[in-house]
Amino acid sequence: MKTYIDKTAYKYFVLCFSWFLALGCTSDLDDIDTNNINANNAFQTNEDYLAFLGKLYGGLSLTGQQGPAGQGDLIGFDEGASNYARNYWNLNEFTADALKWRFSDSGFRELHENTWTPDNDVISAMYNRIIFQVTQANEFIRQVQGLDDAEIATFRAEGRFLRALSYYHGLELFGGNIPFVTEEDLPGAFLPEQTNGADLFAYIESELLAIENELLDPGQPQFYGRADRGAAWTLLAKLYLNAEAFIGQNRYADCVSVCENILGAGYQLDPEYGALFRADNNLAEGIIFPIPHDGVETQSFGLGFILTNGSVSSDLSADLGLTGNAQAFAAISCREEFTRLYEYPNDDPFDDSPDSRAAFLYKIGHSIEVPVPPVGSAFTDGFAYTKFRNMLTDGSSGQDDRQADMDFPLFRLADVYLMYAEAVLRGGGGSEALALDLVNQVRQRAYGDSSGDVTTIDLQFILDERGRELSWEGQRRTDLVRFGQYTGSNYLWDWKGGAPQGSSIENFRNIFPLPASDLTANPNLEQNPGY
Amino acid sequence: MRYIRKLVFLLLLAVPLAMFSQNVVTGTVTDKTFNEPLLGASIVVKGTTIGTTTDFDGNYSIEAENGQILVFSYIGYKAQEIEVTTKVLNVVLEEDTNQLDEVVIIGYGTTTKKDATGSVIGVTEEELNQGFIAAPQDLLVGKAAGVQITTSGGAPGSGSQIRIRGGSSLDASNDPLIIIDGVPLDNGTNSGSRNIFDFINPSDISSFTVLKDASATAIYGSRASNGVIIVTTKKGVSGELKFTFNSSASIQTVKETVDVLSPGQFRTLIEERLPGRVGDLGTANTNWQDQIFTTAMGTDNNLSVRGGVFGIPFRASLGYTQQDGILRTEALERTTGAISLTPRLFDDKLRIEINARGSYTENNFADLGAIGSAIGFDPTQPVFDETLPGGFFDYYEADGTPTTNTLNNPLALLELRDNRANTRRLVGNIKLDYQLPFFEDITATLNLGLDRLNSDGVDIRPGTLAAEAVNLGTFVNFGQDETNELLDFYVKYASELEKINARFDLTGGYSYQNFYEEEFTTTTRGDGVGGTNTVTNIFENNLQSYFGRANFTLNDKYLFTFTFRRDGSSRFGGDNRWGNFPAAAFAWNISDEKLFEDFSSLSNLKLRLGWGITGQQDVLQGNDTQPFLPQFAPSQVGANVQIGQDENGNPIFTQTLRAQPFDANIKWEETTTYNIGLDFGFFNNRLSGALELYYRETDDLLSTVNVAAGSNLTNRLPTNIGSLTNQGVELFLDAAIFQNEEFSWDLGFNYAYNINEVDRLFVTGNDAGAGIPVAETQLIGIGGDDGAQYHIVGEPTRSYFAFVQVYDENGNPIEGVVLDLNGDGEINDQDRRPFQQSAPLVNIGLNSRFNWKAWDFSFSMRAVLGNYNYNGVELLNGNFRNLNIGQDLRNLATPVLNTGFQTDRNELIFSDYFVRDASFVRMDNMSLGYTFKDLFNSNLRMRVFSTLQNVFVITDYNGLDPEVENGIDNNVFPRPFITQFGLSLDF
Repeated sequence: MKTYIDKTAYKYFVLCFSWFLALGCTSDLDDIDTNNINANNAFQTNEDYLAFLGKLYGGLSLTGQQGPAGQGDLIGFDEGASNYARNYWNLNEFTADALKWRFSDSGFRELHENTWTPDNDVISAMYNRIIFQVTQANEFIRQVQGLDDAEIATFRAEGRFLRALSYYHGLELFGGNIPFVTEEDLPGAFLPEQTNGADLFAYIESELLAIENELLDPGQPQFYGRADRGAAWTLLAKLYLNAEAFIGQNRYADCVSVCENILGAGYQLDPEYGALFRADNNLAEGIIFPIPHDGVETQSFGLGFILTNGSVSSDLSADLGLTGNAQAFAAISCREEFTRLYEYPNDDPFDDSPDSRAAFLYKIGHSIEVPVPPVGSAFTDGFAYTKFRNMLTDGSSGQDDRQADMDFPLFRLADVYLMYAEAVLRGGGGSEALALDLVNQVRQRAYGDSSGDVTTIDLQFILDERGRELSWEGQRRTDLVRFGQYTGSNYLWDWKGGAPQGSSIENFRNIFPLPASDLTANPNLEQNPGY
Repeated sequence: MRYIRKLVFLLLLAVPLAMFSQNVVTGTVTDKTFNEPLLGASIVVKGTTIGTTTDFDGNYSIEAENGQILVFSYIGYKAQEIEVTTKVLNVVLEEDTNQLDEVVIIGYGTTTKKDATGSVIGVTEEELNQGFIAAPQDLLVGKAAGVQITTSGGAPGSGSQIRIRGGSSLDASNDPLIIIDGVPLDNGTNSGSRNIFDFINPSDISSFTVLKDASATAIYGSRASNGVIIVTTKKGVSGELKFTFNSSASIQTVKETVDVLSPGQFRTLIEERLPGRVGDLGTANTNWQDQIFTTAMGTDNNLSVRGGVFGIPFRASLGYTQQDGILRTEALERTTGAISLTPRLFDDKLRIEINARGSYTENNFADLGAIGSAIGFDPTQPVFDETLPGGFFDYYEADGTPTTNTLNNPLALLELRDNRANTRRLVGNIKLDYQLPFFEDITATLNLGLDRLNSDGVDIRPGTLAAEAVNLGTFVNFGQDETNELLDFYVKYASELEKINARFDLTGGYSYQNFYEEEFTTTTRGDGVGGTNTVTNIFENNLQSYFGRANFTLNDKYLFTFTFRRDGSSRFGGDNRWGNFPAAAFAWNISDEKLFEDFSSLSNLKLRLGWGITGQQDVLQGNDTQPFLPQFAPSQVGANVQIGQDENGNPIFTQTLRAQPFDANIKWEETTTYNIGLDFGFFNNRLSGALELYYRETDDLLSTVNVAAGSNLTNRLPTNIGSLTNQGVELFLDAAIFQNEEFSWDLGFNYAYNINEVDRLFVTGNDAGAGIPVAETQLIGIGGDDGAQYHIVGEPTRSYFAFVQVYDENGNPIEGVVLDLNGDGEINDQDRRPFQQSAPLVNIGLNSRFNWKAWDFSFSMRAVLGNYNYNGVELLNGNFRNLNIGQDLRNLATPVLNTGFQTDRNELIFSDYFVRDASFVRMDNMSLGYTFKDLFNSNLRMRVFSTLQNVFVITDYNGLDPEVENGIDNNVFPRPFITQFGLSLDF
């Protein structure tokens, strides 16, 4: 018995020993369960490609792979504060004359006082968001390259549109002097080359023209949320309208012509201005390209959340009977210059304006002016403004009491009307009569009748009308830059440059600096002049 | 291979049980010097597995036949072999002045103190800390030179940060590898418990062995860079059953709370500064911190039994610990059970060791947000308001909706929220040592280990909490399931070369480990919005290794050790998957040289030299367990995107896929260590100790850093970025100062000095310039990726990066005024400079034990020097802006009355004003006991004792407690003062 056991044990021992030493279980080193999907089996069907395309859209509204926060896209930022649309909005609104955010989140004070530096976290977050979109889009384009399928071809065109959109924001905010990578550049550890405004402009234009016919036809409700030809045209219109400000080229005629495409595409103004900013604005007319939110499916602490919750306090909310904004954190209120853009009897903003767009101003307990520096001021310093609401047009509440259903209208028809009028006024050709008529259509909606109609328009009027119509929609800084009223002392608003009555700021501040962190990481980059 | 656990159970069933029967020999074993009976001396019948141990009076009884030989042994005494000739055998053992035969545990084997070549410290049971210890690692606090243990705070059973010789990594884990009875633990945390040691009853631990230098640790390869702690649990001894019962009760009290304004001061301040808000003040006088903290009670009971059953030595224990926290609703309840069997078969050729250890832990987690809330909550508001939901005061609007942007009633946060978890854990192993029948020099060892954990918990935040009112409550279920499997197989060949008076042994083997973890969180809201959301995560990694060791001993004086390990990890790919980790050591027993024969006072002198390379495979990125592979991450709940709508306008969504960043070339960190040690002993080793010098360089440091924008798929990536060094000196001394029958006095002292410096930091091939901020040192409320601490070239890791504060003539800081260091007229990040470090430079431990007649007294204290804290509590609560930062009024910390800070601008946040020297001396533990022998004329022995813990702290630091993990002081769970009474019975 004993011998038997010994022999058997010995035999097994020898077997085990040689097996372990020779083979081990090295295949287990590759056979790992994870949440992730390996690249080589991620894409089986068109739905899988749509999911990746969905990430490119979600890159504008979401902050990570879990709502409202979790598995963030960017590392090192507060996840909610890393949201694309929110930072785009922050950079274009905090730095201008329409509104202020009273809390001192990192970098906010410097934005409000126009003293930002390359260390600014908001600038850094926006820059990284832009590049994140571009690199994800590049990966998407690589994945769908060479696939022979009509639906995939549309997806690919949308991917290229979204990349062009982010590059456009790089042009708008950073003068185009950003790292430039395309689907040719595989992910790795290289140092991307820096491009410049003119080259990037040309690239964006060529991309948009190249995909124009591959995109979905404009304005089809069943594809709401996706970028169609109308979206590409609107982006082109913005590119052309700003060409002079961005790269010193006069492209107003191109702007007129592409706006005409949009005017002929069947879009209509929604008769109700407020319907554009409600929880059910996916049903509103005249939204060309939205950033969709959903209280249940698409949650983040991004732009939809902060507009609907941050612009109200809980007592204001209770007073007006607003719902769907239970996080009411009373951060954003109006600057005096914005309040005064609207028409008031006796010029007294405490009186009711005939312009229904001013009806969203909330005045009880608030002052008109901001008597102390914006960051650190009270919510009641300056009127509140409740245009963005997480409520349906019928007055019922959005699905969630904090997370917005309200989509952010990034491109909309009234903007195109005003761009057309402006391009005509700037000598782009087109019809002056049509320009006047389009402006009056926008105003008739605001006034409810023709009492607000104008008979002549000039550029200053267009700027002011944009301020009234596109209020708090993330357009203000770029508009002021285009009109030459942002830097210098042509136009001083309170607290511009940090001074109570406003002070001149230097021209280099028409664009933002590249973040210091990327200058350190990439020696190919040269800082924007002045910083 | 994944199902090693099945194999474990099969083997458990297959172990045959054998029985033996013989005559009885009895007697007493006593000590020669003091003529005292020896407790626990071991008696074995030579050549068999039959054995027993002595009781408290030194008595034993064993079955043996005339002519058989009994071996009497006791640690620290010379063993004796006596042939059985009578039924009574009384034996006197003589102290072995040369304690160098003491067994020392090392990786995949043992050696003796005399033969050890590496830097290894063993801390045995009697040297461990006394008293109520809910967390096993606390046993070791202050006991070993170069081992720093920082508890996370005052929560019962809370985890600790363990650092051996500082840390060899930047942002990868600096935790040592912990091995329990041969089973390495996964260092990850889990959602249901507080600490990785949670499952083990401290009273089951027999010893800790700390491997510090690479010549000792390199056999653990890729996980050894931060040192290795081997925990050995108590095992059984043959003989009659012996029981030990310990019971104790403890009282924990709050020592100190944060100084805030009194209700009167607060009212005055509001009247002065915010006259418009006076109407918002309440009429109560509430000390919120007194409301949330309380005196907490705890009990701890353990019963263990050891002895032989059917000839198989076994030990079993059962423990129950119940401990409330000083923060209301915080509580721990733990039941542990352990069994250990150590049978020997086939003429001792097959030695089996079976350990199984289970625990069931119930944790109640208090809402830690209540602590911050209690500091800031308006002291003029009442605690209760029966008219409000939940019955607690909170801020509500007239329409009954809660006011937003306010603090919440801290006591309501504690009493209304129900957050608890149950964790079940089983850790077991079966180890078979088999001496080959035809090659007796060869021993083969198979060790199969299994670590199973399962936890589930709930977090119920009812609608009566103000913050949850609008949701009608939030209900969270969470759980976790972990399975870690181990297979070690190794063979040892030992032999002698008599011609040249040499001994050698060779060990070679293979190790397989797989770590699998699944976790889920399910959230439902009271109002039903969003339905039931479940987030799940899976983490797995696999590690396989080949290892070998060669020991060569010449003339018993010259010792050589070579080890080699080759590790393969699923975390790395391609050429970087496998890493090689070699080590070599030489030791010289100098005192054995003839030259020293005449120095009778010198009992031991040994020089040790070691070199080795170890690794670090912790790659930082939570979900991306294979950071070298291109992968896609699917979205979870709430992160889907609208891609159209149906004809009724209802949105249609798609789940999304995100392309994950990857670094195809990511590889291990590599640490090269050089160590010189000198062991010494004088006067028959009554004074012994060691002096160590080490130099450690880590290359290819892993960190998550900014990559050039556009080069990869996100802004930061875990990658290899630089190198750092640690160097230091350690000294430990052990002295038996006084020893006689009535009185003895032992003293232990240890000293460790470690200086650490970042040598290089590269980001995508470039110098990282100013350095990289330490991610988790971002300060609350300011967002962004800046941090109070940075890793900076030429400075210690985690150095503060601060402005130079300017002070007025009275020495008060001038708010927002800092030096423009570069003189460019602007204050920006270029004006910050490295300022002090968060890790201590010096750790000193001092332990002593006195015995006088039946009395015993011991204490253990520590000094920690050169560590600086960032006083985040003062920053966050010490400025006037905080008064009305929300819609409520908020109380302030008293320093604001002196500083007058108005805001929290960047110049202030990153001012060196908040960086404070946090050196301290702490009396961790004092214990007094009295032992009754032969109680009631039986074998019953009883020790009664009282222990005080956290007795006092001496420090200049102005925060609550100077001991803060990593130096950022902004989450204060005060460490309690603990008084404990207990008794221990042996029978």
